[in-house]
Amino acid sequence: MPRRIVIGIRGVGHRVVDSIWRLGYASRFFLLILLKSGTSLRRFGLITREIYFTGVLSLIIILVSGLFVGMVLGLQGYETLQRYGAESAVGTMVALSLLRELGPVVAALLFASRAGSAITAEIGLMKATEQLAAMEMMAVDPVARVVAPRFWAGVISMPFLAALFSAVGVFGGYLVAVVLIGVDEGSFWSQMQDAVDFRYDVVNGIIKTCVFGVAVTAIAVFEGYDASPTAEGVSGATTRTVVTSSLAILGLDFILTSLMFRGMS
Amino acid sequence: MTPEVLIEIKNLNFSYGERSVLKGLDMTMSRGKVIAVMGGSGSGKTTLLRLIGGSVRPSSGYVKVAGKLVHELKRDELFRMRRKMSMLFQFGALFTDLTVFDNVAFQMREHTDLPESMIRDLVLMKLQAVGLRGAHNLMPAQLSGGMARRVALARSIALDPLLIMYDEPFTGLDPISLTVIGNLIRRLTDALGMTSIVVTHDVQESLKIVDYVYFIADGVIAAHGTPAEVRGSVAPFVHQFVHGEEDGPVSFHYPADSYASDLELENGFA
Ligand SMILES: Nc1ncnc2c1ncn2[C@@H]1O[C@H](COP(=O)(O)OP(=O)(O)O)[C@@H](O)[C@H]1O
Ligand SMILES: [Mg+2]
Repeated sequence: MPRRIVIGIRGVGHRVVDSIWRLGYASRFFLLILLKSGTSLRRFGLITREIYFTGVLSLIIILVSGLFVGMVLGLQGYETLQRYGAESAVGTMVALSLLRELGPVVAALLFASRAGSAITAEIGLMKATEQLAAMEMMAVDPVARVVAPRFWAGVISMPFLAALFSAVGVFGGYLVAVVLIGVDEGSFWSQMQDAVDFRYDVVNGIIKTCVFGVAVTAIAVFEGYDASPTAEGVSGATTRTVVTSSLAILGLDFILTSLMFRGMS
Repeated sequence: MTPEVLIEIKNLNFSYGERSVLKGLDMTMSRGKVIAVMGGSGSGKTTLLRLIGGSVRPSSGYVKVAGKLVHELKRDELFRMRRKMSMLFQFGALFTDLTVFDNVAFQMREHTDLPESMIRDLVLMKLQAVGLRGAHNLMPAQLSGGMARRVALARSIALDPLLIMYDEPFTGLDPISLTVIGNLIRRLTDALGMTSIVVTHDVQESLKIVDYVYFIADGVIAAHGTPAEVRGSVAPFVHQFVHGEEDGPVSFHYPADSYASDLELENGFA
């Protein structure tokens, strides 16, 4: 019996040490990407190409989801607010929910599952088929040539995707509240304009999306680069990207929110 | 002006963790030759190429390429050396997101400032040399195994290297593609004045095209010689390998406890 406890404790210890070790390894990799970003920033074409693959191909899912989330917010907001006779504030509610929380968070979650997993799978497959080793043998650094452009493309795309998500979401809220239900159009927009503060709501939202963008893409490229070079290795890494970055987004969101919005108004 | 010997390997030892793979290898490879390195699967042939290319470090001993100790080179020196060497990976390792043309152009664009018009001419010349100029617009996924190997060959001669290492270039090819690749290796080596190291276990095909053969077994050089010497060799290992015999110095069986004890016959269970 004590023996089994010892083995159990040892197992836990192993896991903890392993995760810390891996975290350290990932942080070192992250620094390495930053150090080796010179090439891709100088040859911006490398990044634009990846922006197409990560950003542009995520557009559809971002726009459609944004529209639906906005429409649901319009419905729910109206449903609650009209009880207090405040249905004209539905625009405010939709806009603030999207700018502060749902835009950054949901867009980042979608981005992680659409683009993040694709980045991991692509880099992992390049590793499994020895393309990265071949590049290294050609005296071309794969971190500079393959990883860094994808990283920056993700970091650049994320804020734009989240902004589009929020914009389409507000439009969805407008469709439901004003066009469908008949809330007064003038007060819908004017209350929204009055309530939304650029520095407090918009800028904080943008800061969130930037942080999420860095986190998701960093996790995605790391998992791809670190994948064991087999089919199972790559599929495992893809799953880990989605799981880890989703958790990272939600955790970071809590931390950022508690730093940014402390009941000031 | 250059000394005869391009690669000198002395008492080379290497292990993956506890697992010792190479145990004191000695080889010399002369410029302008095609050298075959043969040995069973898992005998450390790919590892040897990685040691020559500097992607892993020896536990002891050394590899010298053109007089320089590979494992003592700094990263930028190593990268400079690698511009003069190429490696053809087992399945080609073509960049799947680039066309055939862009694959061959890759190193020219990364390492030179040549204008695009000149790159175009050079790429088409390299592709012509492997007979695939007409395929320059295809994506790697559209190529057969033999064609992919030839594109990889064109890519590896893109910057006219001094040395090309081929990791099992014949594996998985039909007999025609196999002969084509073999002859290409020989012809390109002679035409471009390169040195080629061919890692293979395709004995018959490689004996036709190479100048010298090394056999690796159990981490050491078991035998070496010219193709004629190898064919006529009566050394049991070489004989077994060249004639593909099932049992000999290289056992059919992976080392194991005695068969009887594994089946628990000795303990009186049966
Ligand atoms: N990255 C690695 N980690 C641990 N062991 C390895 C690794 N690569 C190869 N090996 C082992 O080293 C031995 C030699 O491998 P390799 O050089 O690939 O052989 P070959 O190319 O002759 O088939 C094999 O037994 C293999 O299992
Ligand atoms: Mg091998």
